[in-house]
Amino acid sequence: MNPFSSDTRLRDMIRAIRACKTAAEERGVVRKECAAIRASIDANDQHYRHRNMSKLMFIHMLGYPTHFGQMECLKLISSPGFPEKRIGYLGLMLLVDERQEVLMLVTNSLKQDLNHTNQYIVGLALCALGNICSAEMARDLAPEVERLLQFRDPNIRKKAAICSLRIIKKVPDLAENFVNPATALLREKHHGVLITGVQLCTELCKISSEALEHIRKKCTEGLVRTLKDLANSPYSPEYDIAGITDPFLHIKLLRLLRALGEGDADASDSMNDILAQVASKTESNKVAGNAILYECVQTIMSIEDNGGLRVLAINILGRFLSNRDNNIRYVALNMLMKAVSADTQAVQRHRATILECVKDSDASIRKRALELVYILVNEANVKPLTKELVDYLEVSDQDFREDLTTKICSIVSKFSHEKIWYIDQMLKLLSKAGNFLKDEVWHALIVVISNASNLHGYTVRALYKAFQTSTEEETFVRVAMWCLGEYGDLLINNVEMLDIEDPITVTESDAVDVVEHALKRHSSDLTTKEMALVALLKLSSRFPSCTERIREIIIQYKGNLVLELQQRSIEFNSIIAKHQNISSTLVERMPVLDEATFNARRAGSLPDAVSTPTGPSVNLPNGAVKSVAPLLDLLDLSADDTPAPSSSGGDFLNDLIGVDPSVVSQQPGAIHTSKNSTDVLLDLLSIGSPSAPIESLPVQRNSSTIDILSPSTSKREPISSLDDLSSVSLSSRAPSNTGAASMTDLLDGFASGPPASENNGLVYPPITAFESSSLRLTFNLSKQPGSPQTTNVQATFMNLSSNAYTDFVFQAAVPKFLQLLLDPASGNTLPANGKGSITQNLKVTNSQHGKKSLVMRIRITYKINGEDKLEEGQITNFPRDL
Amino acid sequence: MIHFVLLISRQGKVRLTKWYSPYTQKERSKVIRELSGVILSRAPKLCNFVEWRGHKVVYKRYASLYFCMCIDDTDNELEVLEMIHHFVEILDRYFGSVCELDLIFNFHKAYYILDELLIAGELQESSKKTVARLIAAQDSLVETAKEEASSLSNIIAQATK
Repeated sequence: MNPFSSDTRLRDMIRAIRACKTAAEERGVVRKECAAIRASIDANDQHYRHRNMSKLMFIHMLGYPTHFGQMECLKLISSPGFPEKRIGYLGLMLLVDERQEVLMLVTNSLKQDLNHTNQYIVGLALCALGNICSAEMARDLAPEVERLLQFRDPNIRKKAAICSLRIIKKVPDLAENFVNPATALLREKHHGVLITGVQLCTELCKISSEALEHIRKKCTEGLVRTLKDLANSPYSPEYDIAGITDPFLHIKLLRLLRALGEGDADASDSMNDILAQVASKTESNKVAGNAILYECVQTIMSIEDNGGLRVLAINILGRFLSNRDNNIRYVALNMLMKAVSADTQAVQRHRATILECVKDSDASIRKRALELVYILVNEANVKPLTKELVDYLEVSDQDFREDLTTKICSIVSKFSHEKIWYIDQMLKLLSKAGNFLKDEVWHALIVVISNASNLHGYTVRALYKAFQTSTEEETFVRVAMWCLGEYGDLLINNVEMLDIEDPITVTESDAVDVVEHALKRHSSDLTTKEMALVALLKLSSRFPSCTERIREIIIQYKGNLVLELQQRSIEFNSIIAKHQNISSTLVERMPVLDEATFNARRAGSLPDAVSTPTGPSVNLPNGAVKSVAPLLDLLDLSADDTPAPSSSGGDFLNDLIGVDPSVVSQQPGAIHTSKNSTDVLLDLLSIGSPSAPIESLPVQRNSSTIDILSPSTSKREPISSLDDLSSVSLSSRAPSNTGAASMTDLLDGFASGPPASENNGLVYPPITAFESSSLRLTFNLSKQPGSPQTTNVQATFMNLSSNAYTDFVFQAAVPKFLQLLLDPASGNTLPANGKGSITQNLKVTNSQHGKKSLVMRIRITYKINGEDKLEEGQITNFPRDL
Repeated sequence: MIHFVLLISRQGKVRLTKWYSPYTQKERSKVIRELSGVILSRAPKLCNFVEWRGHKVVYKRYASLYFCMCIDDTDNELEVLEMIHHFVEILDRYFGSVCELDLIFNFHKAYYILDELLIAGELQESSKKTVARLIAAQDSLVETAKEEASSLSNIIAQATK
């Protein structure tokens, strides 16, 4: 006998483990046992193999690694005796799963055992195969299993049926082989075979439409008869559960009938009677009966419409819903979800009960009910329902609040066309549970507020009032800061009073108090503080009497450890102190935010807007959008300055904020703007980001929807800092590297020297890249300072023929050492005879800069009077060193 | 289909696990940890269903043991509840008023019974009697084999004396 082999019995090992007081002690015992088992395995000790396997299974169940025992399973399986095989297969099922390669080794043993003369060994093999077979094994052993479907003993047939089910799940191609033997099983009397056969057929119907057709045609009547016999069968003790004969078989039959009846009027028709019988006669005071009813209702709802049956089904659900048993109520809610699409009216009748369920103490029921309420909301009931939900929000469980808040929020947004109601509900929601909401929710709210021009005063007053009672929620505070900054003057003057409002008296210093409170709030995060600072700056010009106080608050942050706050503090302080003459224009109210663009950006995947011509900006042709242009200038500012070479920096400012001309005239750079300035202007008015610099791309990716409110995350030159100033910078800005070119410099720069943007960008003479009899393509090339590898190309297309082109699409390809970024074109129609042009910006990055020059292959498609045209060419006449 | 069956004691100890869908060892222990947290903390009288990672877990407590089965979203929860009861009744008949200790020391027997009831997460037999009969038949096969082995070793022992 091996001296290391452990001869403790399984029972003793379990006792020893159970006697352990601590986890460490348990680990010790298990380690010792494992060592003994390993030794025994190494010694190939046949005598203890059986016992070792049992021990390993127990150890496995406790969660310890037992992979070293996997080969022992195989040895046990391949030994001849039944006891060894029995424990071996059990170990196999427990210790190995279908993804382990060990499993491949067992295929052969399985095959032998499936052909064994002892039916119990066949049963073991089928069971193991059914539980863990992988796709390969399924293919290898399918013929054996198929044959066993006709085995003499019913207990093997039923196991083979379930095995087949697993096989066709793993390898759907094999389904057709099983259709005939499976339908044969449906004629069996043995319940075990019948129930497994029904399940196999249900799976076949799911997998293959041909099988579905076949079974529908051949078996529907037989199944209806079987169900009828079952439902009418007298008491049979072997299958009786709570007075019902074999509820499991009932349920499986109903499920198969559902598969057959769905989408087929004839089949549905033939099962109507029996469904009506089951639905009306089944006892509903025990779980088994209710389970059948539940399944029956599902079947009635899924098969082709029959008014009478549906009424019956909905009534059953109504009864379920008022049941005291939570389980029954849960399944009722679950089922009503599915019934909504069939009969909304009937479900609406139960709305009050469902709403009660939202407030249930059981989390599972609450969740179901909430989803259901969400579906039930419509124009007519949205207001009372929302009110109920919002009221409940206050008393709900912490962990349920998130779900609830998101749902309310999406209900409110879905029915948001009545602005005042929307704003009211959102403010309530924000002040109660704002922290559960995503950023885009309050961004959307701000966009709506900004658009509802007649509600500005109302909103800011409502916010002020709400702020007095609750400052818990971060997002709420942010919205409050934004609105106070923008519409602070409407607050104190009670402008645009609505009839429903109570007048309030707020002094200027009260308003500043609120912002100061938000700024100094212990829990305010960086973004909120930034917004509060901007709000203060805006208020400083709206409330001249408070300017000095605001400056004192702002100046407190000049030594802040957070660079961003420090910078803002110093910049704003400088504006208030030194630049009173421009500050009022500088902090003018934000232009109305464009809802359409915001929604489009929110809906579409954002990076598209820049990298492919499918972005939202394509929809808006050049120049047709003057009304929103100011906003877009602002938004695209950081993007637009790329193609603006040399001296145009000043122009941007000029356009953007209309700085007093005297200021501009002091700036020598602005005078010789010459030709470029027109380009810039064009860019400013155009939508989208015509130049789409690479720098802005990652930003847009990161901040996705945020950027409409905070376009400027690119850290370049004075413009971006100015942009910060006028927009509410929401994105988490990395400390901006504006450094020397900070705001102070910029503004001081007006008075003294040329702005820092007097840069060394390179411009090349335009080239005619492509010319055919009908089309000319010119490239304006420029380079961004500091990135010699990157060339900005403005492509201009000119129609030389006398026909207008429509559906104009330009495509370009470059070799691998180049990287190409294509922006949306300015339009897709090209008027005849060169009377107009399409421009499109490209950005080419040359990774072999200095070694290889640019080349490009192009392809242009368009339509003349609906006829497709295609032009192709290669461009090699780029200047060198690009 | 049933994705897995779990038996957890009130102390959170695992008494039986059976996985019909592939889960790695790591996932398994995570699932067990998560679910026992959720289920053991639910108050009595609440419904027996928990929604969990897109699936539903149907559980029922019998004395100190929680029987849990994880099913698809579309399955019939009440049926599974009845199935759990079915399983418990078979165990009860086999062990003669089953208790947790029976399942600890004879865990492999419990597995054998489960294997006669479910394969691949589907029900294979709705008759308690048939399951009991099949298990008894196989147990007696094992007994006979053991007797044979011991009598054989007796004969060998006598022959070599």
